[in-house]
Amino acid sequence: MSLLTLTDVARAYTTRRGLLGRSTEVRAVDSISLNVTAGRTLGVVGESGCGKSTTGRLMLGLERPSEGSVLFEEQPMPAPGTTEWRALRKRMQLVFQDPLGAMDRRLTIAQQVEEPLIIHGIGTASERAERVAALLVDVGLRADQAARHPHELSGGQRQRAVLARALATDPALLVCDEPVSALDVSIQAQVVNMLTDLQAARGIAMVFISHDLKVVRQVSHSVAVMYLGRIVEQGDPEALFADPVHPYTRALVSAIPVPGPRRIPRIVLTGDPPNPADRPTGCAFHPRCPVAVARCAVEIPQLRTMDDGRDVACHLAEPQARMAA
Amino acid sequence: MGESLVSLRDLQVRFNGVPALRGVDLDLAKGEAVGLVGESGSGKSVTWLSALGLLPNTAVTTGSVRLGNTELLDAPAATLDDVRGGRIAMIFQDPASALNPVQRVGRQVVEALRLHRGMDGAQAWAEARRLFELVGIPDAGRRLEVYPHEMSGGQNQRVMIAMALAGQPELLVADEPTTALDATIQAQILDLLRRLQQETGMALVLISHDLGVVADMCSRVAVMYAGRIVEQAPTDLLFAHPAHPYTQGLLGALPDMVGPKRRLAAIPGSVPEPWNLPQGCAFAPRCEHADEACLEMPAFVDIEDGHIAACVHATARVRELA
Repeated sequence: MSLLTLTDVARAYTTRRGLLGRSTEVRAVDSISLNVTAGRTLGVVGESGCGKSTTGRLMLGLERPSEGSVLFEEQPMPAPGTTEWRALRKRMQLVFQDPLGAMDRRLTIAQQVEEPLIIHGIGTASERAERVAALLVDVGLRADQAARHPHELSGGQRQRAVLARALATDPALLVCDEPVSALDVSIQAQVVNMLTDLQAARGIAMVFISHDLKVVRQVSHSVAVMYLGRIVEQGDPEALFADPVHPYTRALVSAIPVPGPRRIPRIVLTGDPPNPADRPTGCAFHPRCPVAVARCAVEIPQLRTMDDGRDVACHLAEPQARMAA
Repeated sequence: MGESLVSLRDLQVRFNGVPALRGVDLDLAKGEAVGLVGESGSGKSVTWLSALGLLPNTAVTTGSVRLGNTELLDAPAATLDDVRGGRIAMIFQDPASALNPVQRVGRQVVEALRLHRGMDGAQAWAEARRLFELVGIPDAGRRLEVYPHEMSGGQNQRVMIAMALAGQPELLVADEPTTALDATIQAQILDLLRRLQQETGMALVLISHDLGVVADMCSRVAVMYAGRIVEQAPTDLLFAHPAHPYTQGLLGALPDMVGPKRRLAAIPGSVPEPWNLPQGCAFAPRCEHADEACLEMPAFVDIEDGHIAACVHATARVRELA
């Protein structure tokens, strides 16, 4: 069942270049269609400025789409700040990269985890205390850590506490924006395993936004690759990362430094990711693309479904050609 | 190993009595690329900051840091001024905070050229432009005139590299040079460092938390944990037969990019606090092979040619795995 559906969603901001410059429209996200299935994880990858965090905010209704629709459990997402939206926030939660920035430094861990229960009027005081204790166990924190303040915990423990808080209202959807990027490798593995376990135990749907392809492959059931506000390739993570089709995905996968021999020869792209306010014509990737043809500078490629079921937005991606390769 | 360039002997650092570095021995040959990996607080940055006398006064450093025939530890300020940015240059994770935000980038490179190569005026500007071209900044002549905020993170890191090259260093210490950069830009900067190292013949120390980055760039790797090196080996041997349980743990904790998905082998627990280190091997409380023998500080064991590990069980474990 589709829990969350984004159809042709766009989010535009107007910015002014310079003090007296003319205002221009920046499309942080453009024509995005995504499905989040109950109990499954959707990975969203891309570089800074590709619109992956804006996509996360649109999914939670923190931002209103300029175009297109966002449906949660087949109902339109209410406007942020309304009573309906507040009630819905219980069903969907957000986890950020920096747990310290997401916590109130003056409250104990137990108080922070209890807060959403108080806000949504769930349980009596003693029921809440019981629930908080159970949540801390679920995320692997010790009982004595409940009385600690955030600065007394390590980064990994703080991220566990943030997760306990996010899980307090028993959400159906968890949007995780770079949840393990600030953690050391050994701790990252602990948190990744915990997320997988929590999903198996509670059937939560997750959106996992990250620049780390290896972690995304580990946790996701489907994955969307974004470049400058658009999805360029989308599909099964194993197939997509083993044999990327879009030239951008190919470069991204080949850029991952790995111990041992690589499967795909390294492709080093020239130039920086473009400024969203100064979007190249046609395919936004064409100025950096090693295989671009004339058509790429003119026409925006639409997502097309390949033989193996993945979607690719590239003029040069041919279902048959891929089979031969 | 080729001709020795730098050698660290029993390098120790304490901050207000708390040990940050607990006896590091490391040798670096001319032109060699060595990786230093480890998690936050393992001492990989402190090693080089202390070697170059860049730590605050609260740090007490002992041991020896030799650059050729020069002892750098407690060396006079004038000696260190010649070495830093001259024979040894260092670049950091965040180029934007290492550059002066109110000075045009070209002027900052020219200043380095004046200090370390005694160049002035047109000669210095021409050299700055050559360096910009060398590090792959497009439209080098005009980019000398911009401020750091007008450039992207990747371009700023290129400026930092140009500035580091200004002193024609024999050694470049790159401390997490690509951690703040996007994947495709990281690939560009690593490519640039590899090319520059080959062209100039300088040695490279690459400090990184990313085993992949180090595997890609370095011929030898040292793994650090809680202020010590726990394993050191030629890169291919380290990844083929990791001998220290911590190194094995780090490799097991990394998700794969190919092959079937497996549950990540997380290392239980967390890195010990430096003021509360366990007796003996600092990794023992997290190690599944630990026993009473680990209460003694482990000495380095020779595993194979050029491959050493500070674990009493290392030899037996490697034989078992082979």
